[in-house]
Amino acid sequence: MTSAGLNSAETGGSLVSPPLWLLAELTYRCPLQCPYCSNPLQIADLKDELSKDDWLSVLRQARELGAAQLGFSGGEPLVRGDLEELVVEARGLGYYSNLITSGVGLSEKRVAALRDAGLDHIQVSFQSSDSEVNELLSGSRKAFEQKLRMAEAVKAHGYPMVLNFVLHRHNIDQVEEILQLSERLKADYVELANVQYHGWALENREALIPSREQLERAEVVTNAYRQRHPEGMTLYFVVPDYYEERPKPCMNGWGNMFLTIAPDGAALPCHSARDLPMNFPNVREHSLKDIWYESEPFNVFRGDDWMKEPCRSCPEKDKDHGGCRCQAYLLTGDARNADPVCTLSPDRGLIDDALATANHHARQPVPMLFRNMANSDQLIASG
Amino acid sequence: MPEMNAVPALRAHYRLQWEPAQDCHVLLYPEGMIKLNGSAGEIMSCVDGERSVEQIISALQTRFPDAPGVAEDTLEFFTVAHDKRWLEFG
Repeated sequence: MTSAGLNSAETGGSLVSPPLWLLAELTYRCPLQCPYCSNPLQIADLKDELSKDDWLSVLRQARELGAAQLGFSGGEPLVRGDLEELVVEARGLGYYSNLITSGVGLSEKRVAALRDAGLDHIQVSFQSSDSEVNELLSGSRKAFEQKLRMAEAVKAHGYPMVLNFVLHRHNIDQVEEILQLSERLKADYVELANVQYHGWALENREALIPSREQLERAEVVTNAYRQRHPEGMTLYFVVPDYYEERPKPCMNGWGNMFLTIAPDGAALPCHSARDLPMNFPNVREHSLKDIWYESEPFNVFRGDDWMKEPCRSCPEKDKDHGGCRCQAYLLTGDARNADPVCTLSPDRGLIDDALATANHHARQPVPMLFRNMANSDQLIASG
Repeated sequence: MPEMNAVPALRAHYRLQWEPAQDCHVLLYPEGMIKLNGSAGEIMSCVDGERSVEQIISALQTRFPDAPGVAEDTLEFFTVAHDKRWLEFG
């Protein structure tokens, strides 16, 4: 009953569909320091946040263009004291609004206030099922207990309970415990999302990639749960794309349906796009309509004219759009190359080498670079 | 296949709305969106948690007197929608 085709608008001689999902990254500030954060490494240089009025304008413009799903993200979006006012506006405009939070900075009172404001859904992300790994990875001692309390409050206030666990070498062996914890919290949906290697996660790749055996065990546990509980929690298991043979259809195509607005107002086709050496347009200077339909960065990878071989002549190019532009650039130095995850890419060896190293080091501790402003400053200083 | 006296209701946390930009009804849920085609949108618009399958079919037949197979289409849609966990029967 669903139709895949998108309603398109004729623009500049090509068919461009409207943005349907808006990700509002309200701030790069965050009380946690997760080493797999997808934020850019240059967060310390990007502290000039949009005002409340800027965000209200972004919400109105994107809704006008067709956006219906809205994510409030960050950083930690709860850091923004005006979040409730943005939620009220979002509900009034007809968005389905999702808050993507670590739960740190949340209180029962705020959960209720956000509900009153019209928020549809809160996703609480966990680092692991037990406090020890959680503390190691988030750099916070109190975070785990707080997350548990907030997950319970979210459920108590009638929200759908969506728990997100970011999986990697240090917690992927705990999927069974993670599912038990999720059941105890009466989750409706559980996302078991393996780290994708952008931003800080790429910096820490060697310490985070699970071994092939770890990944296979986790999938077995997940599938066994699904069989035992066909009516139970809905589980989403996202494999790290390094272990796939074909790339993911990143963002369902560049500039196709996803629009991210970064804390400083930069408009991005995906939340990792800052990894690319491009000047992205800013909502302080341009209308969202011009940005989406007319700007060079949003048009550059639309369609398939930009592709090089082997993508250009590949029969699967409409399925995965050549994969992730950021991954192609970060690993091969050219954003027009095939995503090196693809086994048809001449650069697949880069992925295989990373996997071989990770599988070799799987039992050894590798130091991690935590995501915080001090480390960002150092990375910026060292170029 | 649902019973004729079953009462379909959208699952909690799902919202149905008309989207002008997409020229269709969509079902919204946590971080997800399903585009409904014309007939699915019409059927879903009748789901209010009060009317039974039989009453919904009757209402659609009154609204679309020339459309063939309304009952079959509606029952098939409800079966799919229930399998996909968009709605539940009370």
